[in-house]
Amino acid sequence: MNHPQEAARFLANAKRAKWHDEALWFVRSKRDMAAADIPEWEQLRQQASQIKAHTIANLKTYLQQFEQKATDLGAHVHWARDASEHNTIVQSILRDHGARRIVKSKSMLTEECQLNPHLENAGFEITDTDLGEWIVQLRNEPPSHIVLPAIHIKKEEVGELFHQKLGTRQGSADPDYLTESARNTLRKSFLQADAAITGVNFAIAETGGIVICTNEGNADMGTGLPGLHIACMGIEKIIPRAEDLALFLRLLARSGTGQPITAYTAHHHGPRPDGQLHIVLVDNGRTEILKQEAFRNSLHCIRCGACMNTCPVYRRSGGHSYGYTIPGPIGSILASARDPKAFYTLPYASSLCGSCTDICPVNIDLHHQLLAWRSEITRQKILPLPKRLAMAALSHLMRRPRLYRLFGAISRSIGRAIPRTLLYCRFNVWGRQRELPPLPKKSFRRMFQQEAARREEKQHEK
Amino acid sequence: MKKNSMKSKQSILDSITDFESAAWELPPRATFGITYDDPIAQFSKILKTVGGTAIRVPNTQALLEELATLDFLAPASNIYSAIPEFLPSTVDLAHTDTPQQLHDLDVALVRGELAVAENGAVWVTDELLRHRVVLFIAEHVILIVSVASVLQNLHEAYEQLSFGKPQYGVFISGPSKTADIEQSLVFGAQGPRTLTVFLLDEEPAA
Repeated sequence: MNHPQEAARFLANAKRAKWHDEALWFVRSKRDMAAADIPEWEQLRQQASQIKAHTIANLKTYLQQFEQKATDLGAHVHWARDASEHNTIVQSILRDHGARRIVKSKSMLTEECQLNPHLENAGFEITDTDLGEWIVQLRNEPPSHIVLPAIHIKKEEVGELFHQKLGTRQGSADPDYLTESARNTLRKSFLQADAAITGVNFAIAETGGIVICTNEGNADMGTGLPGLHIACMGIEKIIPRAEDLALFLRLLARSGTGQPITAYTAHHHGPRPDGQLHIVLVDNGRTEILKQEAFRNSLHCIRCGACMNTCPVYRRSGGHSYGYTIPGPIGSILASARDPKAFYTLPYASSLCGSCTDICPVNIDLHHQLLAWRSEITRQKILPLPKRLAMAALSHLMRRPRLYRLFGAISRSIGRAIPRTLLYCRFNVWGRQRELPPLPKKSFRRMFQQEAARREEKQHEK
Repeated sequence: MKKNSMKSKQSILDSITDFESAAWELPPRATFGITYDDPIAQFSKILKTVGGTAIRVPNTQALLEELATLDFLAPASNIYSAIPEFLPSTVDLAHTDTPQQLHDLDVALVRGELAVAENGAVWVTDELLRHRVVLFIAEHVILIVSVASVLQNLHEAYEQLSFGKPQYGVFISGPSKTADIEQSLVFGAQGPRTLTVFLLDEEPAA
């Protein structure tokens, strides 16, 4: 994948790109208002970050404690090394129960593992029940944001999609009408489902419980109807104590969408009296990240989406331009950990402005990690050769002051004579949307010396 | 647990052994939750912003009068009420074998254990609720909370909650909602269209 290329495709429609940018900035602004209402906001971030750091440093202990407690409550706990093992486990649970129709609530982990295509190929019928998630499922595309999966789609497009798939009135783009139509169709899926698959927002080691947050109540409709509930989670979702939920829940929805809390925050301790609960703990590369000290705290992420909403690059390039399950600053870091070669453009999909770091509810040093990934990519010689050569030449020049001065003098004297067609030729990617400033007559060094001399003269006059 | 999963468990745990040495201290319980001069007013204000309605009533009589004014109750034919003195049930959960049978439930009325001023959330469990889906499948949900159990913030709430036994509990803050179509807020996405919370001053006799 190549982020600049994909971003260029997104930006080809300038009006739409602007609309996307503004929609996300609106969400970001709501977050600011929600955070400002809480005087202890910074303390919350600090403490939440500390708890996450503690947890991943003691992950082994907490995972075992969680398994023990969850099992005591009557849940079945499964362990999956990677995506394919996760999919196999889920499929075999479904098969053992003779389940065929499945309602699924939003889960970035099952996206990461590509569970839907796996199960569909095996003949299962899966309905994503979060409205945004269902819209992208009907369009046969991945979500473009982890909290707002359909943020890139216009209501007219949803209207057309629903007209084709659900038979809604042609030309209607009224969100109330479209949501009501979706509700009626999804209600049937809920009532016919044989099993519910959900993600997990938090898993409590001390109690063996799992917590699932939604606004639509779709996860609870799912887990409240069919008796079989399969909850899939990355091993980093563990928190030590139930009381820690207070911190994380206070931060999560405020950071994500500016809400004080999601409409529904369900705490499942054990299965329903008439049902079964299976919890699948998935590694899929997380223990590898744990081994890298510079990137370890990317496992603190609680998937609120704030770093996406605030990122000037994300807002202007869209989630799909990242080509990874999780886009934006945190996605660029996680994608790099997965495959630095395939995703080498992602650490550069940032202006390093640091807004992501400022906003992150668990204090992940996102822009520092993006920078660290850039050095890692350079170290591993992943950058294309022309870029590597250019960087090597620049580095050579910058480390030699006299050569640098000479180069500056030459540029200033002949630079103005270089014809535009040559200067802005197709190899100058930088110049495609940008104009070089006019070349100065003197170097900064020269100007500085002259200014210093002038001041000194003035002092003497006094 | 199946044999393969057992092997994967060991393999995952083996990959993380080394990091226990880098132990960070677990911070003590947070003691800095926001407080409000009038938590009842704060709760009502927040619940309103998330699309719900809070109504404070001094006693059962006043509650019954307020209930009578709810316009969705008059045409409702399928009602599950956990407190028949407040509202008679037409649906008997004891004789409802599967939760799917509740598909045309109009109204659910249950008791909330506690409420949180900071975020307008009410804690409800399935302890006395055979089919917890009533909280989601009903078109309209009514929660009854005692004024005395309105707390300041989530930290206070978790101090009161305990999770020792198999149980389902949920914080409910407003009706079901979505903004997935161009950020337009729509209530009644997959679950209830309305949420009404009665804050009752006089604790009803258990």
